[in-house]
Amino acid sequence: MVDLIDESTHVRSVVLDLPDWPGHRAGQHVDVRLTAEDGYQAQRSYSLASSPEDGQVVLTVEVLDDGEVSPYLAGELQVGDQLELRGPIGGYFVWTADLGGPLQLFAGGSGVVPFRAMLRHRAAANGGVPVRLLYSARRLEDVIYRDELGRLAANGETDIRFTLTREWPDPWGGYRRRVDREMVEQVAWSPEDRPLVYVCGPTGFVETVADAMVELGHDQAAIRTERFGPSGG
Amino acid sequence: MSFISRGFHGRRRVPDADRSRIPPGQYATSDFPVLSAGPTPRTSLGSWTFSVDGEVDEPLEWDWTGFQALSSELITVDIHCVTKWSKLDTRWRGVSLDTVLEGVDTAAEYAVASSDGGYTTNLPLDDLLGGKAWIAFEFDNAPLAPEHGGPARLLVPHLYFWKSAKWVRRLTLRIDDEPGFWETYGYHNYGDPWQEQRYAGD
Repeated sequence: MVDLIDESTHVRSVVLDLPDWPGHRAGQHVDVRLTAEDGYQAQRSYSLASSPEDGQVVLTVEVLDDGEVSPYLAGELQVGDQLELRGPIGGYFVWTADLGGPLQLFAGGSGVVPFRAMLRHRAAANGGVPVRLLYSARRLEDVIYRDELGRLAANGETDIRFTLTREWPDPWGGYRRRVDREMVEQVAWSPEDRPLVYVCGPTGFVETVADAMVELGHDQAAIRTERFGPSGG
Repeated sequence: MSFISRGFHGRRRVPDADRSRIPPGQYATSDFPVLSAGPTPRTSLGSWTFSVDGEVDEPLEWDWTGFQALSSELITVDIHCVTKWSKLDTRWRGVSLDTVLEGVDTAAEYAVASSDGGYTTNLPLDDLLGGKAWIAFEFDNAPLAPEHGGPARLLVPHLYFWKSAKWVRRLTLRIDDEPGFWETYGYHNYGDPWQEQRYAGD
């Protein structure tokens, strides 16, 4: 582990130097395995936050209060420590530039992590593919990659909309509620644009968005979902 | 090869009583996480059917009412998801595949389960027989919720839970093995949690 980056109050990125890394596709994840001195082991999966072109491998970890692995990664792990991981894993919730677009991304909370890899991969591939992202967070301070997303939005490359569900800064130009069908309809490409749709977040968020997209006429086979339940770790 | 993670002690150690029931690399959870690759299909009971086809003399098909008329049983089993959680003593009601396939004469050694939404998964036929697999339609004495695979899902608790296809509608018996959805995306072809067969090559 070569660097730790605070992304928000309870989210940290772990930067890894992996000389033998075989490369990955944006959207894939890794399994992290921790081993205690008495041999006890715990494993969890984490999405890769770095693009294949980044050179370093980055995991962005949300610390769960009752978690086992996430508090260790974000609290105990120090620069120079070794970390055992396996991957890349998963071949479905991925986007590579040759798949084209347009891209429609929906992120709930730390569900934005695989999208950061996709957005960086798109930039490395010289853009071209239009992207819309809806990102739902509880409050502005919980928005991960805020500066990076802000830069992408500011130079017009990416259409990024936010909804905050608990607290709002003043002024606030984004949405102020949990995602619903009306919001999805307002922000999303229309079915005629035939977007590739990726939805990542807690189950309730994913269910709401995916149901809305199907009802709006999008091909269910073009909607890829990745969910995390309350029992991560 | 594992090495010691400096400063890691573990917080979710499995109680001794349950240790023999939690496969390697898993932890016990009391909630019921949802994992699926796409939108949740919404199939009305009026249009629901379940069929058996492939290597059979006569394909079989039931509508919802006909399927409910088959003899069902209460099942209490431990389930193990490849994403590392295990859930002990889950309670279901369903129809045993022994009942579904009763009287079927086949040379098939494999089966592919197909679901609404296009999901598929493959299993050896032997793993579906002998009281090891069910088509389940109730969880905890209530109709199975759509996000957990309702109206009905395959239940094969001795394999990782992606083999227990949600929204199952068809079982195709086959002479040869044909990898299903996750099996073609890098996951293990068989998926025995006790052998920790998570990914291809394990």
